[in-house]
Amino acid sequence: MKAEMTEKLIFEISRPGRAAHAQAPGAADAPAIPDALRRKTRPGLPEVSELQAVRHFTRLSQKNFSIDTHFYPLGSCTMKYNPRACNRLAMLPGFVGRHPLAPESHSQGFLACLYELQEILKDVTGMAGVSLTPMAGAQGEFAGVAMIQAYHRARDDHARKQILVPDAAHGTNPATAAMLGCTVREIPTNADGDVDVDALKAAVGPQTAGIMLTNPSTFGVFERRIKEIAGIVHEAGGLLYYDGANLNAILGKVRPGDMGFDVIHMNLHKTFSTPHGGGGPGAGAVGVSERLKPFMPIPVVGRRGADYRWLDERDLPQTIGRLSAWMGNAGVLLRAYVYARMLGREGMHRVGEFATLNANYLAARLAANGFELAFPRRRASHEFIITLKREKQQLGLTATDVAKRLLDYGFHAPTIYFPLTVPECLLIEPTETEDRETLDAFVDALVAIREEAKQDIAKLKGAPYTMPVRRLDDVRAARQLDLRYQPGA
Amino acid sequence: MPFIPHTEADVKDMLGAIGAPSIDALFDEIPAALRCGPLKNVPEGLSEMQVSRLMSERAALDGGALNFIGAGAYEHHIPAAVWEITTRGEFYSAYTPYQAEASQGTLQVLYEYQTMMTALTGMEVSNASMYDGASSLGEALLMALRANRNNGSGRVLMPRTVHPYYRDVVGATTPAQGITIAHLDYCPRRGVTLAAALAAHEGSAPTAVVIQQPNFFGQLEDVDAITDWAHAQGALVVAVVNPVSLALLKPPGEWGAQGADIVCGDGQPLGAPLSSGGPYFGFMTTKMAYVRELPGRIVGRTVDLDGRPGFTLTLQAREQHIRRAKAKSNICTNQGLLVTAATIHMSLLGPEGLEQVAAASMANTRKLVEALTSIPGVRRVFEGPGFHEAAIRLPQPVAPLLERLSQRDIFGGFDLSRHYPELGDALLVCATETKTEADIDTYRRTLAELLAKDSP
Amino acid sequence: MSKVPADLKYVKSHEWVRVESDGTLTIGITDHAQAALGDLVFVEVPAVGRKVGANEACAVVESVKAASDVYAPVAGEVVAANEALGTSPEILNGDPYGAGWMWKLKPTNAADVDALLDAAGYEGYLKTL
Repeated sequence: MKAEMTEKLIFEISRPGRAAHAQAPGAADAPAIPDALRRKTRPGLPEVSELQAVRHFTRLSQKNFSIDTHFYPLGSCTMKYNPRACNRLAMLPGFVGRHPLAPESHSQGFLACLYELQEILKDVTGMAGVSLTPMAGAQGEFAGVAMIQAYHRARDDHARKQILVPDAAHGTNPATAAMLGCTVREIPTNADGDVDVDALKAAVGPQTAGIMLTNPSTFGVFERRIKEIAGIVHEAGGLLYYDGANLNAILGKVRPGDMGFDVIHMNLHKTFSTPHGGGGPGAGAVGVSERLKPFMPIPVVGRRGADYRWLDERDLPQTIGRLSAWMGNAGVLLRAYVYARMLGREGMHRVGEFATLNANYLAARLAANGFELAFPRRRASHEFIITLKREKQQLGLTATDVAKRLLDYGFHAPTIYFPLTVPECLLIEPTETEDRETLDAFVDALVAIREEAKQDIAKLKGAPYTMPVRRLDDVRAARQLDLRYQPGA
Repeated sequence: MPFIPHTEADVKDMLGAIGAPSIDALFDEIPAALRCGPLKNVPEGLSEMQVSRLMSERAALDGGALNFIGAGAYEHHIPAAVWEITTRGEFYSAYTPYQAEASQGTLQVLYEYQTMMTALTGMEVSNASMYDGASSLGEALLMALRANRNNGSGRVLMPRTVHPYYRDVVGATTPAQGITIAHLDYCPRRGVTLAAALAAHEGSAPTAVVIQQPNFFGQLEDVDAITDWAHAQGALVVAVVNPVSLALLKPPGEWGAQGADIVCGDGQPLGAPLSSGGPYFGFMTTKMAYVRELPGRIVGRTVDLDGRPGFTLTLQAREQHIRRAKAKSNICTNQGLLVTAATIHMSLLGPEGLEQVAAASMANTRKLVEALTSIPGVRRVFEGPGFHEAAIRLPQPVAPLLERLSQRDIFGGFDLSRHYPELGDALLVCATETKTEADIDTYRRTLAELLAKDSP
Repeated sequence: MSKVPADLKYVKSHEWVRVESDGTLTIGITDHAQAALGDLVFVEVPAVGRKVGANEACAVVESVKAASDVYAPVAGEVVAANEALGTSPEILNGDPYGAGWMWKLKPTNAADVDALLDAAGYEGYLKTL
């Protein structure tokens, strides 16, 4: 990371009359627009040369941590290497130039990729159908809960309005249920990170629409009694939703369909390594069991003989409908497809295996160096939690301090303060693409930071020191909202 | 092993440190009955060279046609620098900028983006983007329901001139929160929302009125009158706009006496390739008074410990990871990479360049309509001002003609007959700045030929 | 230690209640609650005239990293709200029992207040956290 200097806003280097002329089509003789509908003053976009723009945005890029530049062990986010081939091949002219409404006759290449991706995802998840259209994990969740509702409605079972979620669930789970008009009931987890089965038994009933679970859970441990949980929920007439945030842990090892789940979303930007892109685009494909197939969001890719075709509401009259104008984040799906083809059958289970190996190795080495694992009696999955409860009491060292200081050591911080139920926690997910030397260096950094805390805790409270900025005043950001550049303001 | 760096020695040492006999032993907490066998339907792995060959062949199957379809996704020239920079690893492979100190690049881009979107739309605040235009409209209506507290009816007046797929997405995503849709009919002569259709809802206390400008037919709605009417009814105005058109058209912030309240749309025309419909990005801007109801991420400028300016996500307490079941929306992502592309795209074009793109697209569409309507039996469907799309009526059913055009590698437009059967054999056509006179003439000649063959 | 004035009533969800001479109740959040939340960046108070039930969520306090609902300790009608908090939430951090009051309630049943915790009871509760 370079560019320690403050980079001016592009509006501050803008000068009236300057332009990157080669980019614009030139003046045109457009039809007149009635005065009442016409813009009177030009919008305040920057006026810069091509070089100025290129230099500005290149410099800004240098102010980012990224997988390509730094180890990024962000728990629950699966920051693995994003193969360059996926991007290059998804951006071939035939794909990027294809209009979403291009006729099927001119779309067989694209449709073949999507159809095969559906088949691959069905197999790795053990589900009966896959729809690729949700544009992010949260939209996949929305689709999943909407399908559960549609299923109950189709059976004239209108009392099922409650969604159960474990207390450690991702915040999106309850937010999704609420968005769909469901009530949310939290189920406690026990000291070893498993769902409290007795509490679950007491919670299910004729009001239960379903349960949303992540497995391995957000505690980074496998839910061992999953079959029993599935039995309890199904017995009560509810369905099981699998939050695919942690699918990387079990890819090629266990399938959500075999665990008894009825619907699952996959974060293709995690498990299938399409990039995170600084916060999107993602892709949240959903997989469903046989009984939910009629309700899948459209469009879906079907096959007739050798030809691929779109399936829409005419083929799936009970569909929950359309979640995007077209086929979701199509280009992301192509990246996931290329990745899946490069991994192939053998590569799939290696993902789960080496992600788990790396996490358990890192957990073992940190434990050996005196850090406290949140669930010491459990195997780590692809991620694990350490808690700094003791360091906070003894040294005043918090998870935030460690996260910020890690940046100075050249590592992105793990996820902190999630799950909410573990105090001062770091949720660490190394992923399968990291080499052992990097993991060792990360352990060394955490040990060194703890030593620094013993010597001079105040210094850590001021970290980071080597980033383009130091800790930012979040309170000021929220109280004195400055959300756009206003000249002279 | 693709993408896995471990040597055999690494594996052995690492298992030793863990105290496990094998990698398989790491899965010993998973009940044996659940372990899956080989994945029969996943093909064998391919090398990068092999998969490159496969994808090149498939891409070649799809490319090369001359495209006159718009209908919400527009073919514009994208400066080469846009995706060269956007796909730099530092943007491409970064995560959501939660660790602000290590994400100042992404955060500053988002702040600049927010500034540009407020400038284009004439509004005071922008979020850092949503999924796409259609889902943004759904989110905008849910936001209107929250923001318009005095009117909880949930009734939304939705012109039929709004993109039909956008209306489908609204139908799939908003009813659970109490939104009901009343459709407004359009004038068969001008292709814009009928004043009489609005008048029928006088006094019905709608929560929001949607206006798409230019509308799905490419026609220009009477935005001032609709906005003022909506405000008189106590409704909020939700604008759906094409950002490129705003280089020439009155920004929603200036519609009527008070301006639109929430503005959304698809950002695709700003630097996103057609790419089969995605990834694009949705944008949303609003008045400062409603900032706390705005869904999605928002970036703010603040200062660091040394008083230097810096950027951070702000107002996060509205979001799902904190508010859980009480969040404004379950959305967690913005389409960061597409926003990066759009911000670079707008910087390279500037106000004048964007205006030229809009004007050239309008001019080309006029030429296209003139060319096509010079063919006997082909007519414009609507009169009155439009932007860069137009509906034309053909003397024969549209679908078979489009198929025959596509056999000649011309995508002739969007068949309106399924969603608007009352228009008869109508086709929506678009010619952006990317089309030349020769392209337009190719379309005209081919269509004329196909129609002539069939004429009695 | 956080301040727990002796003359107020309390709820375990960290609201305080002052019984005014005219029988109305002034309500806010405790010093403990404001300290736990940290610097507040937003406060939303209920609309005057709103009728609320006991334990009904009727206000929101937000810091940078957390958001909490504030509940009505007893049933009643909102008769005043501290609008100043809307623009200056930091008032609440600075003076939670004074200028940082949130709303005034006319209780449906004045005796309901008697069931709330007294200062000693609330302090005892805080020790268990």
